[in-house]
Amino acid sequence: MKPSPFDYARPASLDLALATMAEHADSASLIAGGQSLVPLLNLRMAPSELIVDISRLLELREIRDLGDRVFLGAGLTHAMFEDGVAPDPGNGLMRKTAENIAYRAIRCHGTIGGSVAMADPAADWPAVLLALGAVAILRSEGAERRVTMNDLLVGTYETSLHQGEIIVGFEIAKLPPTARTSYIKFNKKVGAFATSLAVAVHGETTRVVIAGAGSRARILRKTSEALATGADAIACIGGDLDEIMSEPDAYLRQLHVTTITRAIGEVLGA
Amino acid sequence: MTRISLHVNGTAVERDVEPRTSLADFLRESCALTATHLGCEHGACGACTVLVDGMIARSCLKFAVMCEGREVVTLEGLADDALSDTIKQAFHESHALQCGFCTPGMLMAARDLLSRNPIPSEDQVRAALAGHICRCTGYSGIVHAIILASRRLIPVE
Ligand SMILES: Cc1cc2nc3c(=O)[nH]c(=O)nc-3n(C[C@H](O)[C@H](O)[C@H](O)COP(=O)(O)OP(=O)(O)OC[C@H]3O[C@@H](n4cnc5c(N)ncnc54)[C@H](O)[C@@H]3O)c2cc1C
Ligand code: FES
Ligand code: FES
Repeated sequence: MKPSPFDYARPASLDLALATMAEHADSASLIAGGQSLVPLLNLRMAPSELIVDISRLLELREIRDLGDRVFLGAGLTHAMFEDGVAPDPGNGLMRKTAENIAYRAIRCHGTIGGSVAMADPAADWPAVLLALGAVAILRSEGAERRVTMNDLLVGTYETSLHQGEIIVGFEIAKLPPTARTSYIKFNKKVGAFATSLAVAVHGETTRVVIAGAGSRARILRKTSEALATGADAIACIGGDLDEIMSEPDAYLRQLHVTTITRAIGEVLGA
Repeated sequence: MTRISLHVNGTAVERDVEPRTSLADFLRESCALTATHLGCEHGACGACTVLVDGMIARSCLKFAVMCEGREVVTLEGLADDALSDTIKQAFHESHALQCGFCTPGMLMAARDLLSRNPIPSEDQVRAALAGHICRCTGYSGIVHAIILASRRLIPVE
């Protein structure tokens, strides 16, 4: 349970961090909160010759009001959302999410960007950002691109990030006050990853998302459409799940149906 | 080796460390502060919990090099802390420990909870302890102790 030796760099700015990553593309790993990376290094599952510490970069902690949207830096910690230090364009959805991630000691250090880059199939932020229609802002040396959450998430621990690319933050549209949201996490104990996580956002746009059911968080297409148009959304869950789950296990499938049904009930409730 | 300087329990410390040394190993081996225990080394058991710049942290999930310039406080550093004293006394009276392996982390978590939420419900106490594993007590004594400490901390009208 000790990592193999590595070198350590703490570049003083985002540009320097990008240059360091460009120079050591195939041997370096970024570290933000370390709450996922350190266990992997300890298990020697993600060996790295150079660890580049981005946990102090102020550029990654920026919060900008863009009128109808908000920019939230990738380095904001779960605890900053839990404590209301970071704004919540999801009308309380992001705060509720943060409160339900891991334990306080982990929330004080783990970041929203690290969680998305990690792409654990059951993680909370990827599902919630997908439901909120977030766009990730990615920087590499001399270039910037904008990628939707749907295009960023690829599979289990897999994203479409290029080598050396850094998630700078996310742009998220502010939900209108009339929009309703729901976050239903079923896990085996407080602080554990979800066995099933259903997130619903029902406003001008409607998205129902499931995490834990496949290799990544996914929008339930037909269910979301039905919910948006006032049709029978519950009746569409099964068909959507069949497309997402490769080897449906009866218990898990029922669990997902239950969390999704509850989430739909919450956004439709009085 | 990388030279780091930081504050540990209020004292300036300067040491050479390997970048791969965890903050936990640094505290135990370079600083001889052994209240910080290591159970799982992957964030699950809570025995290694310390404060970094006042924020509760898993010392097994930080490298010491990442703590350059930081203010690290271990259980030893809370020897004169009034809030910790009240919690320790309540642990003693409520039989909240047996072997004591989990206790430093439990005390850290209890202090963190009570400093953010001075009058927690039993459910809130249990939720705050979810990241701390105790193989001995069955948790009842620990929950009881934290509620007892909370009552004693409320100023009497
Ligand atoms: C015991 C335990 C329980 C947990 N429970 C949950 C849970 O219930 N739900 C949940 O969602 N998560 C959970 N987590 C994971 C936690 O949320 C982590 O904080 C998070 O996944 C990683 O964030 P980090 O900042 O610590 O990233 P790090 O560990 O520092 O990095 C993770 C990965 O992301 C990369 N990375 C980091 N930042 C960036 C960036 N800005 N751009 C590009 N790449 C980047 C790193 O190179 C690394 O590959 C748990 C963790 C532990 C230890
Ligand atoms: S040793 Fe750090 S949480 Fe278990
Ligand atoms: S008292 Fe022995 S592990 Fe908690």
